[in-house]
Amino acid sequence: MERILEQIPRFFTADNMALLLQSAGLTLAMTVAGCVIGFGLAFVLVYLRQTPGRWALPLRVICVAYVEVFRRIPFIVVIYLVLFFIQTVASNASLFTIAVISICIYAIAYTAEIIRGGLESVPLTQMEAARAMNFGRLRTLVTITLPQAWPVILPPAIAFAVSFIKDTALVSQIGVFELTFRGKELNNQGYSGILVFGTIAMCYFLMSFPLSMLGQYLEKRLATPRSEQSARKIRRT
Amino acid sequence: MPHLAVNNLRAKYGALEVLKGVSFSIEKGQVVALVGPSGSGKSTVLRTLVGLTPVTGGNVTIHDDKIDYASSGSLRRARDQMAIVFQQYNLFQNMRIIDNVTVAPVKIKKRPKDEARADAERLLAMVGLADKLNAFPDQLSGGQQQRVAIARALALHPEILLLDEVTSALDPELVNEVLDSIRQLAKDGMTMILVSHEMAFVREVADKVVFMDGGSVVEEGLPEVLFDAPKTDRAREFFGKILRH
Ligand SMILES: Nc1ncnc2c1ncn2[C@@H]1O[C@H](COP(=O)(O)OP(=O)(O)O)[C@@H](O)[C@H]1O
Ligand SMILES: [Mg+2]
Repeated sequence: MERILEQIPRFFTADNMALLLQSAGLTLAMTVAGCVIGFGLAFVLVYLRQTPGRWALPLRVICVAYVEVFRRIPFIVVIYLVLFFIQTVASNASLFTIAVISICIYAIAYTAEIIRGGLESVPLTQMEAARAMNFGRLRTLVTITLPQAWPVILPPAIAFAVSFIKDTALVSQIGVFELTFRGKELNNQGYSGILVFGTIAMCYFLMSFPLSMLGQYLEKRLATPRSEQSARKIRRT
Repeated sequence: MPHLAVNNLRAKYGALEVLKGVSFSIEKGQVVALVGPSGSGKSTVLRTLVGLTPVTGGNVTIHDDKIDYASSGSLRRARDQMAIVFQQYNLFQNMRIIDNVTVAPVKIKKRPKDEARADAERLLAMVGLADKLNAFPDQLSGGQQQRVAIARALALHPEILLLDEVTSALDPELVNEVLDSIRQLAKDGMTMILVSHEMAFVREVADKVVFMDGGSVVEEGLPEVLFDAPKTDRAREFFGKILRH
């Protein structure tokens, strides 16, 4: 305990804090980039998965298999798979790129299920009305289904991304200088583990908590009955 | 040449054959009423016409042109000529009333926005909803939503209008406002196929009544003939029950 107290002034230096802040930023950047790109690609996957017709069967099987396989693999295994695969095809890829791709691959599999659930929550009759009026599949999705599915999709998708901020720690295993990696480094320099990882725990909390709040706020807003929402909208227009 | 002819039409839900060879035809400007007990396949006929339920046999012709439901081009042309109003309205919940009515004319039929909007306002005024343009569907009563659904279908300027029990989900005091809209369309010469249990109304507007039971047409004819002197036992029993009370 004394050792910790004695270390505090030495630990909380501008240099160390800048280092931690930088790695925290990196963690956040990787998570956001991976999840946002993954979320976008998940839409493509869900759309392809719903391609009708016999000839599209292989495509549908691939889409289902992707989701089912990657949701059952530990994230750390995905990271190593990506690492070794990328190193054989493009040896100069940065570790940051590899981390983002890994997060992306994982996020696609998880958010695809969230998106599919959201789309399926919209009554089939809405799509039938659109089809009977000659709406194509993509137009129906964009103008009718998605706008109604957002309130169901967004809260769990944000919750996934927020919880992934901490899973991103696993990319430290391949040597990305993210938050946990820095922690180990500082710990090796002789700082008390409790002090270092206590600070790092605080950093993770400070990154996730505001985002969770944002998610909850969105969830409430999206669930607001239309009458109140439209009153707001009308005032704005 | 009939405007639309249904020839020996068959349709299935899974293994269950719901239409077992349905045939009838409708002339331009006519109103044909499909009547029959619940589950007899009336809605399925309308759904099949617009390609929402797959055809497993027989065919449909418009002006003697066979619709090929397997070809997207042919299906698109067929849907271009017909508009359907669903029993449960199926208005787009995410859009204001005005957008519900203009979305297809603008995005699908590529009509100029202001023209489509003026048309929509005219149609909504016709069904008595000129003051609801900016409301959302869930802010309207069932009768109002049903009338929006009719306006939405008419905004497509269909040659044939399909109406599926458009009054059965409505409170009795709302039925008349919807029937008035349909009456007006019949006067204006719109070709219409309507499924209805409002026998008094059918008698008034229909040129022909098609009585269905168990996925087949049992009997068809003029309303007064079918209602007052049906030839088949099934029709006699059905109309006896429904017209007596
Ligand atoms: N989506 C569906 N899946 C399976 N069976 C259905 C479906 N829709 C209707 N059916 C069945 O098809 C038959 C005809 O239904 P429908 O055309 O709705 O009859 P009606 O409109 O005359 O009441 C009924 O037996 C009904 O249970
Ligand atoms: Mg029905």
